[in-house]
Amino acid sequence: MFEPFYKYAAPQQFYLTAGRLLPWLAALMLLLLLGGLYGGLIFAPTHYEQGEGYRIIYVHVPSAWMSMFVYMVMAGASATALIWRIKVAEVVASASAPLGASFTLLALVTGSLWGKPMWGTYWVWDARLTSELLLLFLYLGFMALEAAIDDKRQAARSCAVLALVGVVNIPIIHYSVEWWSTLHQGPTISKFGERPMHPHMAIPLLTMAVAFNLYYVVVLLMRVRNLLLERESGASWVREMES
Amino acid sequence: MGAMLEFLHMGGYAFFVWMSYGVTAIVLVANWIIPMRRGHRLRAELARNAGRTASGPTKVQQQ
Repeated sequence: MFEPFYKYAAPQQFYLTAGRLLPWLAALMLLLLLGGLYGGLIFAPTHYEQGEGYRIIYVHVPSAWMSMFVYMVMAGASATALIWRIKVAEVVASASAPLGASFTLLALVTGSLWGKPMWGTYWVWDARLTSELLLLFLYLGFMALEAAIDDKRQAARSCAVLALVGVVNIPIIHYSVEWWSTLHQGPTISKFGERPMHPHMAIPLLTMAVAFNLYYVVVLLMRVRNLLLERESGASWVREMES
Repeated sequence: MGAMLEFLHMGGYAFFVWMSYGVTAIVLVANWIIPMRRGHRLRAELARNAGRTASGPTKVQQQ
């Protein structure tokens, strides 16, 4: 069933295909980002309690969602690398770490800026904020561990184990606002429709979420291509590349 | 003009809202530009080297 995808495990194939996809993904991302920004900053109505301050949601929530999504990709790539020793998977995990750390940092900072005017504090050690901070430490730990081991493939294996051990933090972050009493509010998008968000607020949010996702894919592919060129520098396809 | 000022004022939350969007913009732009430039540099260097080795004196002559 997965045979058509096997060829992308080959560095050259991945490099070339990613290169072809990039401009289209980037264009789509830009479109959605601009649409989402207009939607969130101008189109969406004023909040009855939080006024215009709630608009931070349009960068905070997409960042937070991405901080978790990127970790799942990193963990999935790590598992693939451990089980099948596929180099491209190792590179995807390695390239994802700084991006995941960036999104986590953004979630924490924008959340902090939202918390001060609305809930009276920049920080509180509740389950949601604490587990998200832990996520940042996991990403930084992954990057530090990788830098500390000289052999790239050995580094990938050790980091893969770290990534997989840390996966338990993701459901903790997600369910923290339901399992514990937190200052952080409950789930943004509720599955069972209790007090759902007004569509004029929800649509820009989902647009920004997709835009952030595409952004991650674009930047990830750029980083992976760079890492493949560096790590496969001895291979003939790299040496003979004219452009 | 008034509408623009109102927009920037963000109902009194200007600092918190624009700091949030500002920090986000800086991080996202940086994470884009850094690999983009690195990619350009890597490919430029490879193109230079490919030109060199194609005509370089590394062929073993058959005597």
